[in-house]
This record gives sequence, C-alpha cells and structure tokens, in this order.
Amino acid sequence: MTPVLRTHKLSKAFYGIAAVKEVDFTVGAGEVVGLIGQNGAGKSTLMNLIGGVVQPDSGKMAYQGQPYAPRSPADATRSRIAFIHQELNLFTNLSIAENIFIEGFPTIGRGPFRLIDRAAVRRHTREVLETVGLDLSPDMPVDRLSPGERQLVEIAKALYLDASLIIFDEPTTSLTTRETEKLFEIMRRLRDQGKALVYISHILTDVLAISDQIAVMRDGQLVTQAPTSTFDVNRMISLMVGRSIESLYPKRTTAPSATPLLELRGISAKGIVENIHLEVHQGEVVGLFGLMGSGRTELARMLFGLDAFERGEIVINGQVLHRTSPRSSIRHRIAFVTENRREEGLLMNINIADNIALVALPTFASPLTQIIHQADLLAAAHHLAGQLQLKSGNIAAQAAKALSGGNQQKVVILKWLLSQPSVFIMDEPTRGIDVGAKYEIYSIIDQLAASGSGILFISSELEELMGMCDRIVVMSRGEVVASFPRAQFDAESILRAAFREMNGQNSQNSHPHPTHTPVGHFSAALKGEHES
Amino acid sequence: MSTIEERLTPSENLSLVVPVAGAARRSRNSLTAFIRRLLLSDYFVLYLVLIFFAVASVFFPSLSAPGNISNQISNVWPLLAVAVGQTFVLILGGIDLSVGSTMAITSVVGALLITTTLDAPTFDKSPLWGTFIGPQGGLLSGHPNAVLIGVAVMLALGTLIGLLNGFAIARFRMAPFMVTLVSMIFFSALALWMTASRNVSGLPPEFVLLGKGDIISVYLGPKTAATIPRREILPLITYPFVIAVGLAIVAQFILSRTVFGRQMFAIGTNRRTAKVSGIANDRVVILVYAFSGFCAAVSAILYSARLEIGRPSLGDGLLMDIIGAAVIGGTSLMGGKGSIRGTFFGVVFFTLLLNILNAMRLSPFVIDAVKGVVILIAALLDITRTRLSNREVRA
Repeated sequence: MTPVLRTHKLSKAFYGIAAVKEVDFTVGAGEVVGLIGQNGAGKSTLMNLIGGVVQPDSGKMAYQGQPYAPRSPADATRSRIAFIHQELNLFTNLSIAENIFIEGFPTIGRGPFRLIDRAAVRRHTREVLETVGLDLSPDMPVDRLSPGERQLVEIAKALYLDASLIIFDEPTTSLTTRETEKLFEIMRRLRDQGKALVYISHILTDVLAISDQIAVMRDGQLVTQAPTSTFDVNRMISLMVGRSIESLYPKRTTAPSATPLLELRGISAKGIVENIHLEVHQGEVVGLFGLMGSGRTELARMLFGLDAFERGEIVINGQVLHRTSPRSSIRHRIAFVTENRREEGLLMNINIADNIALVALPTFASPLTQIIHQADLLAAAHHLAGQLQLKSGNIAAQAAKALSGGNQQKVVILKWLLSQPSVFIMDEPTRGIDVGAKYEIYSIIDQLAASGSGILFISSELEELMGMCDRIVVMSRGEVVASFPRAQFDAESILRAAFREMNGQNSQNSHPHPTHTPVGHFSAALKGEHES
Repeated sequence: MSTIEERLTPSENLSLVVPVAGAARRSRNSLTAFIRRLLLSDYFVLYLVLIFFAVASVFFPSLSAPGNISNQISNVWPLLAVAVGQTFVLILGGIDLSVGSTMAITSVVGALLITTTLDAPTFDKSPLWGTFIGPQGGLLSGHPNAVLIGVAVMLALGTLIGLLNGFAIARFRMAPFMVTLVSMIFFSALALWMTASRNVSGLPPEFVLLGKGDIISVYLGPKTAATIPRREILPLITYPFVIAVGLAIVAQFILSRTVFGRQMFAIGTNRRTAKVSGIANDRVVILVYAFSGFCAAVSAILYSARLEIGRPSLGDGLLMDIIGAAVIGGTSLMGGKGSIRGTFFGVVFFTLLLNILNAMRLSPFVIDAVKGVVILIAALLDITRTRLSNREVRA
C-alpha cells in the first residue's frame, strides 16, 4: 500500500543552518504518527514544508503516490492536507458556520448577484459538527466556545474540506483532561476511517496513548520512526535529547542551612491572600505549589513589591519591611523571575547585553555622572553568560527575541544574577521550554542554592518541585494549607492539599487516565483546571 | 555583505548556462548589494538629502549660492533644538504635541519681560498692560542683567510646562496624546491672550545676538573695497550653531552612555519589564517631558532672537516638521528606537526640502502637500530598512 505522505531526503536550511536534514518521513492511511522532539528540533519546519509555508532546498515529497511540491499553504489545502494548530486559526468574532466555510461559501445565484446560501451553510455545519460530537448551534460565535470546543470546530473544518492528512500541532495544551479524551476518541475514529494523522506533542504519555508509530526528531534529523510498542517514556526522552538522562532532575549538591533569608509574617490582602507565613533559608529551594487562582503568583508579586499587601510584614536579612517596591526589593537583593518572560522579563527588541545589564545598570556607572562603564559591563555579562552556557550570537548585537525559549529564560536569570541577589523568586521558570533546557535551568537553581541563595520556586508542575525542592509549601484559595519536607514528598497528599475544599465540584476532571502515571495524570488535571 | 554573495552563488551555479548571462547577473548582484548597503547605512538620510539637493541645484542654481547655503544652515539650529527633545519623548514611546505652544509662550513671556519699548495703541489691549508691561517696556527693561534673567525665565518656564505634562502622564496615567494636546491648546491661547495677538518687538541687542551672533564667518567675494558690506559676510559658526549642537551632543551622550538613556530605551520598549527590573518609570517619564519642554524653550530663544520678536504664533505649523524630522531620522513612533544623529539628518532634510520647494515657487499649500508625501515615503523607506536589517541580523 502506498503511504499517504512520504518525504525523501527532505532538507531545508535557513541562512546556512540546517533546520531539516535529509528527512525520510512516512504517514500511512489509517495511522497516527506521533512526532516528538525538543523545541528547535525541526518539527515545525518539517510541517511547514509539508504545508507549503516554506519550500525545501532539496529532496522530494510524494502525496498519495504523486509528486507533491506545494508552493503555498493554499496548495496544501487544495491537496486536502489540514493543520490543527496549537494557537487556533479561528475568527473569534465570527460564528462557527462562518469559520467552517470561510474559504468558500455555498452560494445561490450567479455572477455579481451571488448570495450566500445560509440554509446550506447551516445544514452542512450541523453535519460536520455532529461528526466531531459537538452539539452547538452553527450561529454560535466562536468567542463563546471553550478552547476544547474551538479545537473541535477546527477539526470540523478540516473534515468539511475532506482532508485525508490531518496534522495536529500541540492540540492538547489548552484542553482539559476530559476534552483531551474526547479529542483522542475522534482521532481514533478518523484513523479507523482511513485518514492519515500526524500528532505533535510534548506530552509524551499522550503520544504513547494515541500513536501507532512514533517519529523522533533531533537537530533537524529524523532519529527514528518505529511502532509505538517499541517505545517508553525514558527511551523517547533519551532519543530526543541524544543522551541518556538518568533522571530528569540534577542531584542537589548541598543541604539548606538554618539561617533565614526571607520571612513572611501574616501577609494579607483582602480576597487575594490571607495570613501567609513563609520562610526561605540560606541554600534552600522552597517550592510553592497551588492551582491557578490559589494566590501563589499574587503572593510573589506582593513580596517583590509589584502589588500592595494590606497587613503583615516581610523580613529580609533581619530587616522588617511593611511595604515593598521593586526598587527596594532589588536593594535588599531579591530577584524576581516572572512567569511571563516576554511581557515582564525581557526587552525583546533590545540586544542581549542590554537586557542582562538592565537591573544592575546603576552599579556599573559612575555614581556622580551616571556614565556607564561599557567595557566592564560587557565583560561581566560575557563572563556570566559563559557560566550559564548561554547559546547566542554576539550578545551586544543579537536581540533577545532571536533566542530560543530556554536561552531567553537564561537571559532573564542573568539579568538578576548580575545584581548578586540573595533571594530568588522564580515563577514558572521552566514554562514553555524544552526538556534539555529545563535540565539546565534546574542545574542553575541547584548552583544558586549551593552558593548560598534562597530560592522560592513557584510551579504548577508538581514533578519538578518534587525533583528540585527541599520543602514544598501548598497554597489553596489564598492560604498556606500545608508544608511538606523533602522526606515526606508524596504526590497524592500534596495534590489533596492543593485541592482542599474543591474536591466535590472538580472530582469529575480527576478520573484516572489509564496511561498516565499518578503524578502525570494529576498534573494534566491541574493544567486542565487552569485553562478552563 | 559576504553572506549575500554566498547565498547567491549556489543558485547561479544551478541556473548558469551561458557565461554572459552570469556576468550580467553578477553586475546586477553587486548593484543590489550596493543599494542594500546604502539603504542600511546610518547616513542614508544624509546621502538622500545631499543627492536630492545636488539634483535640485542643477535646475535652481540659486540653491547652491553661498548666501543661500549659509542661510539654510542657520535655519537648521532652532529646529534641531526642539527636535532633540521630541526625539527623547518618542524614544520613551510618548509624544509631545505641546512643543509648539511651549515655544510660543516662552517666546512671548521672555520678550514681554525684556522688551525696552512697547506701543500703547497695540499693547494696551493686553491684560498685562499697566501692571507687567507699559510704554517703557517689560519688567526687566533697563535692568543690567535683563537678558540673562529673561533667558533663565524662558528656560525655566519651558521646563515647568514639560514637568506638568510629564507629571500628568506619569502620575495620573493619562495618555500623552491627550495631556500634551490640552497643553498645546491652553498655552497657545495663553500666549495670544497675553499679547493681544501681537508680536513683541524692541528686544535688547544682547538678546538678538543669541540668534544671530557669528563666531566664524566667511567672505567669498573679491577683495576690492577697503570695507566689506555686512550682508556679504556669510556667517558659518554662530551662537545658535554652538547652542544647538552643544545641546544635541549632550543629548546623544545621555542617550548612549548614561544609565538614564538606557532606562529610557527600556521603558520605551517594554514598560512592564522596566518596572520589574527596578526602573523608576515615573521619574524617567517626568524628566524626559521636562527635557522636551527645556528644548522647546531653547528653540524659542533661538527663533525669537533671530526674528527679533516675541511671537505668540511661533510654533504654529512646526509640529509636523519636528515629528517628521525625528521619524525620517529613524526614530520609531512606537518607542524604544531612535538617535539624535538621525534626528539631525532629519532636520537637515526638512530644512533643505522646504528650501527647494520654495525655490520652485510653489504655493504654501502645495508645499504642505509635498511635505506630507515625503513623510509617507520616509515612513515606507524606514519599514523597508527595518525588514532588510532584520534579515541581515538573522543571516
């Protein structure tokens, strides 16, 4: 049987750097191929080649036995290849029906007097919505749909176009567990109807659950493509990273001391946080865990001085503060790696060196004239960038936006390191960066602790907190509800604490998923909670 | 440029059949490479204006007459002073619409203070007549340090107006466009009201020197007579030159070498990141608007002294030239991008453009229309340049 799509020695380079190198990738009819790889491994470029967004430098593609060389995305659509993207391509101001038919409405009449055949539009829309199991009015505006429903509308659109190859690019990042289940069900049905499906995802257990074959990309090359039964999570990771990771987390090198660096005493702000007590000691990594809305990010912002608190006090290195501001916090050597590096961490259009210099700038200037000692500053930035193994071009010329997510996060950390802080608040420091870069960030956290800093590590991924922290503090509804020392780490008890009082209304989202480990399952449930 | 050559060579090899075709293509390549280099150069605007001027001079020989050139150079300085302040505000991601009115009010207030004579029939309609001004002139008329105090008051007033703008923008979180639009209307009206819409003349000669005084001049005529008529001596280095260039150099230095300058770019690029990084956003914003007001006052001094009057309509119609000059010089209206050097080129560009259009004897309405088109073209060119340079960086 001829495969639906086959690439042969497909290559594409951007300015001399190979993004896709001699890739032989195959998808057959009635088959789901899971495609995995780190960020920058070449998955997106490969899909862009298939979708006609970019053209290959060399190599060939065959689609349903015929040579296939799309010059534009429209060519791909015409060939019945559909893409379901992570960030959906729907017009939220239009209705479901209008979105599905946006590329061509059925009409009545001829020539310039053609009118849209609204009855036909509604009828066809109902039909395709039924096939994806959506019981919604075709006239419903898309902005009233949940992310999961939008995803299904996008799939309905692909089905309407009668796509024979559907490529799913990170489709589950904004879905709840239940919506993910529904998506998988539909994908299995499509597969059984003989469609060819490609499933790209970072959630490896999902890939194992849904795929018939798994293809792994690394550094632009297809490392392997083999039946799913030959894979497990560890093998997938080691293939993606190219080396075997013994564990996903580095071993902590030092134990915390008893000297407190930072202490919160009864911090309260009406309706946000209530009577928070928290201590961070020298060399300690304290995890702060909680669901979205539990007040963990809000607490961090108050602590740093971006938002105000009403009652309570903060003790830093023995000094008692009743109010804070970013400037006073920086003076007291607190650093804050915010959860959204693009919006609050970086100056995306400005070069890396100036980004690194931003916080510590005054310390590199003559006190009187405020003239910057450029050479000293660059030398210091270079030195630190080397220590953190920042992968970049010339740091004085390259803009921050040209870096990968992991390296951008390093720049944010470097920016704070230059001001020599003693306490680090890190809010979701590994969000949106790939496995290898995560490991590096964890190592940096360990080194910071080893050098005597205290770290408040905020995350919604329980696994990484359990991997890295000396202690995990759990927040729920603005209060600290539990604290677990490392010896008592247990995913279930920590999650139970985080779900306090919420058990009743959310239990339906927490049905165990057969293919997930308990931790993996619960994290997925948590993610679902945040987004929905 | 080597990267372009590298990129183009493989495709040449692929499609090359006849050597002649290759040669033709190569020369075309070097031409595109040259155009790219020109487009990406920091001095692009300067090249553009010089070429433009040279071509226009062929058709209008009066343009290249020494007298005209000297005159045009003098026209650059007051505009440069006020454009420097505007550049600061634009880099911050703001806009200052009030500079024209600030110039008008400082010009009028300064002139009314130091004037030595005022006509009763024209100025007795002014609300200040009899209290602050009278037939003997202004409050400082006859005072030994009248000019010094007058200038200081003008600078202080301009700075104060800027401070007010900045304060409203930073502390009350009001839109810069709104705040400075209100000050533009208010101070313009105030200037007209104070003077009953008349120009204030009778300024002391020491003040006029600030706008006209030359330090180094040239004489290009034949050495026949024992004395040379004053109008044949062409000023080259003048007080306005020294003042405006001094201001520009200081401003460029602040921008590129000091903590304050770096923080301005940071705020203009991303306010939230700047705040998290401990930058006192409000303080920087207030100071930058104050500086813009100060620059407007400097410009008002240069203009008033040159025209020898305090003029309530001084800044009218100048706003487009000021913002246009900055934008042509590569300053972004979105903030976070700009340089004083670019603004200087932009000012030269506008001055010469106006000169050429005047030499063509076009009506003022046509001149404004052409200016608009030129700003549009400049904006398009800037987009092209940004795209090209982005591609360069990625390469």
